[in-house]
Amino acid sequence: MIIPIDLILLLFVVILAITVIRLKDLLSAVILLGAYSFLMALIWVELQSVDVGFTEAAVGAGATTAFLIAAIARTTRWEKE
Amino acid sequence: MEWFIAKIFAKYNYWVSILLMMIGFYGIVAKDNLIKKILGLNIFQTAIFLYFISLGAVKGGTAPIVDEKIIQKGYLYANPLPHVLILTAIVVSVATTAVALSLVIRMHREYGTIEESEIIKKSSEGHQTGENSKVHH
Repeated sequence: MIIPIDLILLLFVVILAITVIRLKDLLSAVILLGAYSFLMALIWVELQSVDVGFTEAAVGAGATTAFLIAAIARTTRWEKE
Repeated sequence: MEWFIAKIFAKYNYWVSILLMMIGFYGIVAKDNLIKKILGLNIFQTAIFLYFISLGAVKGGTAPIVDEKIIQKGYLYANPLPHVLILTAIVVSVATTAVALSLVIRMHREYGTIEESEIIKKSSEGHQTGENSKVHH
């Protein structure tokens, strides 16, 4: 049986997106968003667009995560309620 | 009926794209925390990118790096136009996130919180006292 890798990646992406929205700890939500971006880069390599794939891995998973962590360090870590 | 179900599940990339779009939209609308709203915005943007990249993909194709030999052997390659559009959109999305985060940091410095309801409450109080002081002067 051939395992459809794109289906598995899409399933993981949906699970990670729901977890990012549900979490109360903003720092772990941001780290999971980085993992989400990296899985998105894998999906784009699988969809034959390698240039978008490595741009997303560098800019989406790298720079956005760094910006978000810097913003959390200057504000608060926990979401209220 | 079977034909209908097969027709629906053949385009699962688009369904996942719509699902991610609605998850991100929930994050933007329903969450009170401003950083959580930005995370929802990021998820929404990635859902749109997934839709566009899925439009350009070709079944059994390769990456659009075209060579003379590849054309002669008759290989298929993906449509590169959506890739170029999305490459620009990724950079724009990072810029949007950075501007939004700088506004959040500024609001935190001003009001001491990043919860939207508390900021609205505090800003309306400040506005009222500002009005009163104006009247006194």
